[in-house]
Amino acid sequence: MPSIQAEGDKHHAERRAEAHGDHHEDSHDHGSVRSYMTGFVLSVVLTAIPFAVVMGGGFESRLLTAAVVVGLAVVQILVHMVYFLHMNTRSDEGWTMMALIFTVVILVIVLAGSLWVMYHMNTNMMPQMDHEALGLGS
Amino acid sequence: MSTVSPQAPGDFWEVEPHHHHEGASTSIGFWVYLMSDCLMFAILFATFGVLGGSYAAGPGPKDLFDLELVALNTAFLLLSSITYGLAMLAMVKNNKGGTLGWLAVTLVFGLAFLAVELYEFSHLIHLGAGPQRSAFLSSFFALVGTHGLHVAFGCLWLVTLMIQVGQRGLIPANRRRLSCLSMFWHFLDVIWIGVFTFVYLLGMI
Amino acid sequence: MAISADDIQTTFLLGRLDWHAIPQDPIVWATFVVVAIGGVAMLWMLHKYRLWSWLWTEWFTSVDHKKIGIMYIVLALVMFVRGFADAIMMRLQQAIAFNGSEGYLNAHHYDQVFSAHGVIMIFFVAMPFVTGLMNYVVPLQIGARDVSFPFLNNFSFWMTVGGAVLTMMSLFVGEFAQTGWLAFPPLSGLGYSPYVGVDYYIWGLQVAGVGTTLSGINLLVTIIKMRAPGMTMMRMPIFTWTALCTNILIVASFPVLTATLVLLTLDRYVGTNFFTNDLGGNAMMYVNLIWIWGHPEVYILILPLFGVYSEVVATFTGKRLFGYTSMVYATVCITILSYLVWLHHFFTMGSGASVNSFFGITTMIISVPTGAKIFNWLFTMYRSRIRFELPMMWTIAFMLTFVIGGMTGVLLAVPPADFVLHNSLFLVAHFHNVIIGGVLFGLFAAVYYWWPKAFGFRLDPWWGKVSFWFWVVGFWTAFAPLYILGLMGVTRRMRVFDDPSLQIWFIIAAFGAVLIAIGIAAMFIQFGVSIMRRDRLRDETGDPWDGRTLEWATSSPPPAYNFALTPVSHGLDTWWDMKRYGQTRPRATYVPIHMPRNTGAGVVIAGFATICGFALVWYIWWLAVLSFAGVVAASILHTFNYARDYHIPAEEVRATEDARDRQLASAGV
Repeated sequence: MPSIQAEGDKHHAERRAEAHGDHHEDSHDHGSVRSYMTGFVLSVVLTAIPFAVVMGGGFESRLLTAAVVVGLAVVQILVHMVYFLHMNTRSDEGWTMMALIFTVVILVIVLAGSLWVMYHMNTNMMPQMDHEALGLGS
Repeated sequence: MSTVSPQAPGDFWEVEPHHHHEGASTSIGFWVYLMSDCLMFAILFATFGVLGGSYAAGPGPKDLFDLELVALNTAFLLLSSITYGLAMLAMVKNNKGGTLGWLAVTLVFGLAFLAVELYEFSHLIHLGAGPQRSAFLSSFFALVGTHGLHVAFGCLWLVTLMIQVGQRGLIPANRRRLSCLSMFWHFLDVIWIGVFTFVYLLGMI
Repeated sequence: MAISADDIQTTFLLGRLDWHAIPQDPIVWATFVVVAIGGVAMLWMLHKYRLWSWLWTEWFTSVDHKKIGIMYIVLALVMFVRGFADAIMMRLQQAIAFNGSEGYLNAHHYDQVFSAHGVIMIFFVAMPFVTGLMNYVVPLQIGARDVSFPFLNNFSFWMTVGGAVLTMMSLFVGEFAQTGWLAFPPLSGLGYSPYVGVDYYIWGLQVAGVGTTLSGINLLVTIIKMRAPGMTMMRMPIFTWTALCTNILIVASFPVLTATLVLLTLDRYVGTNFFTNDLGGNAMMYVNLIWIWGHPEVYILILPLFGVYSEVVATFTGKRLFGYTSMVYATVCITILSYLVWLHHFFTMGSGASVNSFFGITTMIISVPTGAKIFNWLFTMYRSRIRFELPMMWTIAFMLTFVIGGMTGVLLAVPPADFVLHNSLFLVAHFHNVIIGGVLFGLFAAVYYWWPKAFGFRLDPWWGKVSFWFWVVGFWTAFAPLYILGLMGVTRRMRVFDDPSLQIWFIIAAFGAVLIAIGIAAMFIQFGVSIMRRDRLRDETGDPWDGRTLEWATSSPPPAYNFALTPVSHGLDTWWDMKRYGQTRPRATYVPIHMPRNTGAGVVIAGFATICGFALVWYIWWLAVLSFAGVVAASILHTFNYARDYHIPAEEVRATEDARDRQLASAGV
């Protein structure tokens, strides 16, 4: 218990400090020209590669092409999160990051779950439509 | 109750006035809104994922999509993101003119994006590939159209904010609003990454 | 009778609104006459006592979380009467429609009744009740002066009202959906539901859904950002914890409902093919999507009430809640797990063994944290001196009722068993068992518990006990027969029956509904009696139950600013600590208090949105465009108003606090 007590009092002190204006009024990170430019260049590269790959006809294996495209998209989303949306673990006591992580978890559940469930439904209940069950799989 | 008790752990009331500084909740509040919006897009992506292969013997992605146009639109949106970032940097430096200028540039890119998207939609409908044609096209129009609708509202909001900054300058309330729109704008860019990857690029492989 | 699409001409001015919209049904006419007389009488009273401006300035435009909370609960109670009227109509129909009798409701009317009953009870009774409760209690429990976004709070409330208005309007203008409360396509598609019923359903829920989502964001951020100094997460009152998780669920699930209904709307209005039978549409996808929202929704309803029971048990046993930490973790686990069970609502749709096993197992897992909570309450009560006041009585009734409802739920979680019981009256009995026994009993416990805080006097216990016993006995009389009928294989939503041997069970169930009706009447009588005898039931202390959390630290009803000075938390049960250390009434030089200003913008914007919904239902396109433009314009105009706050002068604060001192002195505290 003492640790929780101490933590609470520290929290209290922080709140006080905030209330008394010790923090900068607008404590949000707005980035710098440098960080924006870094993000921009990375985004351009990460956009150009998948477009070039697909427009150039793709690799031998379609699966590999898809994997590259999706992989680059994930990296680009991270780049945007860091350089444009200024995600970090500090703002609003970590709640911003917490909200994002929770959302990503739900998003994965919803997307993966729907695809899984509907794939099974289609296979079992509409066998004649099997070939169109999943755009990716064909 | 009035008996004085053992040692209290500390004061139970703040005798000094306590200020919650104005608008401290705005940025996290707006972020939470964006997260809920993100889940709305998740449903549209899931719908596209499930129905995106149901062409109903109609046209598929390879018959319809023009990647050069999509690349152009992606460029517009990416450029608008960086110009919005520059507007924010001007705002931090208290440069009202610079802020308004970069916001105007952002608006132009936003409108250009919308124009290209509307052209694409009208072209598809003209080809007989409207949202009614197949479940694939229904889910395509719903997903891309919802994103476009968001951009349109972002533009409307941008204009409103430009007027407000013009009238009152970079006061704290307007700075908060600019930060919120900044999050909104960059968030739409993130959604667009999902759109061009899963709808256009994967469709064309 | 149902109206066929051929009867309806669409005109520019009124869309498809014409004389066909007036229902050809004496039951509806009689209802209309009663409602009209009541409405006119109420308007006349408001006029006679010149209450219009009071209502507008003190309530409708108020951004005070306490007043908004009370308005939410009033809305919920009004809609509850409507929802219950639907329930008793169904019970009566099913009790008499035997031996060739058609009963007294035709199919078109009966189908609307069961759809409206479900929609109203979930969206316009349980949701506003829960939201109102959280609105009222959470800021007080965390020692805040209001919510994070007071205007948004007012706007959210009026959007909920707008949704309720659209739903109620369908009773007299047009029709309501005949599809059941989730409106599964293809039945809810244009082909099988060509008239306005499903459109009322869609727009009612969309308008209200905006309000729900925004209020979820608001309360979530309030709990994150506005807690009193020292109140760390693990020092939050348990009701606040459950409210936090509930609002997380709202924010993360209502967008799913919105998106799903938008897709259904597009199918109906634009001719897309998401859920149609043609051109690649897939109705099963709708069922999948709507339950991704639907299951978290169940926990949105029940979690805050778990919080209420925890507060009530701790207060009326006079003990710290047993297993606070485990209670918090159980709540968080339920929050996450509630996203992993949605498929158990459609085991029978044919997803196959692997999928069904996965969701069957997750469903059984989610009952574990719920069980842990029950044990925590039991251990809190163990060897304590329990005060059997009304909130505690409802809590005991809940524990006995809910455990049985939970166990029938575990039965349904077994896919093979579900194949037998799916869509039977067993299911109907199960979810009423958990929603009435869990949600409604909890709401009653909450009303009895916090009423003295909100109004400064207790509710009359005698009428409360009458209501309690009629409710509890009535509930079991009404729903035990449905379990039996369900096990015998009777499906839900039936209008007439062939097998006369079933009738006796339906008669018993109808009798139970009558007992519940008496319970409800007793509750309203109790409200009236208590208001009349309020001077005898008065509570001057602000802490009538010897409470533990901060809402009891201020007067009843609390002043507009809640707390003149900011409370500081040093552990769980802050108010209990304050009393223990003799620090209940601080003295200080008061300073002006910064408060949000009232605004009518919420009423205006929500009004436009409601008109827009109505116009879209009836295909009155010009009105839809205009009113939507009104929503956008009014919202933008509102952002040009920068003067949204004012200060309560220090003298006024001092006067209020001095009056409070005198009140406490006269109460002998």
